Formats: sequence, C-alpha cells, structure tokens
Amino acid sequence: MFDILEKYDILAAFWMTIKLTFFSAIGALVIGTVLAIMRVSPVAVLRRLGAFYVNVVRNTPLTLIVFFALAGVRFVLEISLAPASSATSVQDNAIRWAMVALAVYHAAFVCEALRSGFNTVPLGQAEAARSIGLTFGQSLREVILPQAFRGAIAPLGSVLIALTKNTTVASVIGVAEASALMKTIFENETASFAVFFLFALGFVILTLPVGVFFTSMSRRLAVKR
Amino acid sequence: MKARRLGAVAAAATLALTLAACGSGQPSGGSGGTGGGGGGGGLKIGIKFDQPGMGLKKGNEYSGFDVDVAKYVAKALGTSEDNITWVQAPSAQRETLIQTGQVDFVVATYSITDARKEKVSFAGPYFIAGQDLLVRADDATITGPDALDGKKLCSVTGSTSAQKVKKQYPGVQLQEFGTYSECLPALQTGGVDALTTDDTILAGYAAQEQYKGKFKVVGKPFSKENYGIGLKKGDTAMCTKITDAIKKMISDGSWQKALDANLGPAGYKPGAGNPPTPSACS
Repeated sequence: MFDILEKYDILAAFWMTIKLTFFSAIGALVIGTVLAIMRVSPVAVLRRLGAFYVNVVRNTPLTLIVFFALAGVRFVLEISLAPASSATSVQDNAIRWAMVALAVYHAAFVCEALRSGFNTVPLGQAEAARSIGLTFGQSLREVILPQAFRGAIAPLGSVLIALTKNTTVASVIGVAEASALMKTIFENETASFAVFFLFALGFVILTLPVGVFFTSMSRRLAVKR
Repeated sequence: MKARRLGAVAAAATLALTLAACGSGQPSGGSGGTGGGGGGGGLKIGIKFDQPGMGLKKGNEYSGFDVDVAKYVAKALGTSEDNITWVQAPSAQRETLIQTGQVDFVVATYSITDARKEKVSFAGPYFIAGQDLLVRADDATITGPDALDGKKLCSVTGSTSAQKVKKQYPGVQLQEFGTYSECLPALQTGGVDALTTDDTILAGYAAQEQYKGKFKVVGKPFSKENYGIGLKKGDTAMCTKITDAIKKMISDGSWQKALDANLGPAGYKPGAGNPPTPSACS
C-alpha cells in the first residue's frame, strides 16, 4: 500500500482535479449566470433560448459532451485551444477542452440553481425597483441578482460538489486527473479496495469542506425576511 | 376504503416481486462447475467484447482469436459451445471477476505479469504479442519506434502501452482515450499520427470493414506481451487441464487456423516466439 503512495504521484493527480474544478466552476458560473438572466429577461426569444440550452445540455450525458468536445470539435473540426507548435499541445488541448465541456455542462445546473434563487426574491422587490425608475438592467444588478445569489448559495454548493466529482469524466479524453491515475494503478498493481478507498477518500476530503462551507454561508448570507 | 386496500395489495405484490428478483439472481453462481472442469455444467468465460480480431460481440455472435481459444479450451474441458456463458471482462475488472467467481477463466488479451500473478493464476502463454504502431496507410514517416520523436500518439488511459510510451519516448505527445476505437477518427483526420498498443489489437482494427486499406500496422514490435488464460489463484488442476488444451490446440493446427481466420485478413504475421510453449503450472 505504501509503496503505491511512493510510486505514484497521487497529489499531482488531485491537483489536476482541483485545477479542472476551479476553472470549470468559474466558466460554469459565468455561462450559468448569463443563462439565468436570459431565462428571466422580458425578451421572449432570449427566454426560450435559455430554456432550450438548459434542456438540451442538462439531458445529455456528460461523458458524451466531454468526448465530443475533444474527438469531434478538436480532432474532426480541428479547433485547437493550444498552439500546435508547443511541446505539450496534445495534453493542453485535452485539459482545456475538458474544462470547456465541464463548464458548458454545469452551466445548465448553475442556471437552474440561480433561477431558484430568483424565486426567493419577492415580486414586490422587482416592482419597487421598477417603480423608482430603475431599468431592467439596473434593477437586476442592484436589487434582484444580489438577493438571488444569496438565496441560491446552497444549491450552488451542490453543483460545485457535483462538478468536483464529475471531473473524473475528463479521464475519458486522457486528462491526467485522479481517476486516470487510479486506472493506471489498477492496470499495474491490479485493482484493490485499498486503492479505490484511497481515491474515494481524496474526493471526500475535497468535497466535504465545500459542503460545510456552503451550508454555513447559505445560513449567514440568507436574506432575512 | 376499497381503493386504499387495493393500494396496499399492489404495494405488497410489488415488494414480493422485487424480493423474488433479488433472490433469483445468484444461486447458479456458486456451483459454476470449475473444480471438476467437466460434466454437463456450463462455463462462464470472460472475454473482451470490443476488440475486433481478438474478442468482439456483434449482436449475439462472438468472434475473435481469444474467443476461438476459449471455445477450444472449453471443449477440451468437456463443455460444448452452447453451454458457454460469455462475460464481458474489461481490463480493470479481470482480477475481480476471477476472484469473486463470476467467471471460470478469462481469455481477454490478458498479459501475464508478476503483479497480476499475486492475485490470479495463469495458464499459458497461448500467444505472444508485442506493442506496435498503427499508422495511416499513406504515412511513410513512421517506420518504427525510433522515428517517433515529436509525433502524436494515441492510446488508452492508464494502459500498459500508454505508460511505456510516456516512459521510453519522452519526445512523444500522447493523447489518451477511454477505448482504442475512439482513437481511430483522430488518426484518420491527422489529429494524431499513430495508435499504439498490442499488435494483435491493431491488426484487428486494420482488418475491420470500414477501415480496410486506410491504416497499416508498422510491424516493428517493441515489447513482449505474454497472453495467458487467467483463472482462480492456486487452482492447479484446472490450470494443468487448460495448459494441455493449449498445447493440443497448437500441435493439431487449430491454433494456426484460428489465427489466420481472425487476424489474417489484416496481413498480420505473428512476431517472434509464436506459437509459444505454455509454461508449467505452479
């Protein structure tokens, strides 16, 4: 067991998991927020577009999206996210496309979490904002969004935890994260419960504090009404 | 009142059904008929389902060199083809399948290694494969492992082949996918320059209908993989029987015939050391 810890760089693999999680989370938050705004906007086309995105992406398996990003978009359509001349272009492309795919997929869930946050804001708030002369953009920025975010912290935490665990899917396109290393160890040392639990423990260490943090934040930041 | 009673009955029935379903799954598992190796009991054999030329499932048909070896061995053990239950044995699950008795033995491009010998026993080898390269048919730049510097290779995440390339050829960029077939579109469009793994598997892909004439195997193997039949650790009686069956298969020409039928269409010639001499069981 200990020779496995010595022979394989498990920390580096989990560091890649953290990097994937971090950048995908930022991407998902940005795209998801835009989507959520589209879904509550007064323009019908935007509303429908947002709903369409959420329904399509949310109901597509993540493995498919991740695989399509690299095998379809990168290799068949030949859209590269790293300079072809660089010595690590293959790995960089895999990592960046994995981040894009993860962000695109989880944006749908971020959007829905935010939308539940919008629903915690009483209608009177929006009416009051409009009645003092704020435009749609202003009332969104100054009144609705801040309250919506504070109401959506707990579900956003769930999305982040799911995202952390879903980074393991990136191993299907060869990103050297935790589950890819686990496959390597299984290949060399044969599969064992000890190794499996070690990696499971790694993910618990990553996600448990996130859950605790988001729960306490959701309590502290909840809008008292 | 009536509706409520009906509901209760329905709930009870559902519960009973689920319980029954749970119960019926197992019983046949325990008595799989390994020890005796003969008689009327069927055999459960683990093979690959997704490797053309070695072990491939198409509808209800199973084909490939591994499948033919498995059938021959089963026959030698006294089990007819109809009594074989084929079980999918993906690389990472092979030891578990054997240890838990879900299969009687595994014939699935299973390289004999020391780490694996600690968990399972091997009969064989019945074939010696080597890691090779599959390139586009019109590509003349890759002539062997020495011409790989700066090239882009594709293999399967965590596989032995992938690790070997990373370690021995640091100048190579490696793209890893979940399965070998996922590498093929990238190879076709030029996204990667070669696919690398055991030559048997490569030959199987090159021989596939939709890729015929598009790819070629370079034919300069740079490793030695001894394929063995994996079985429960310490089952020497079974191991001896299987070893005898392999020896007989090689000597009576069935081995060559199976090889020609499955990998011949790709123009594949087995590397040095074939047919191998199975080592004694311990």
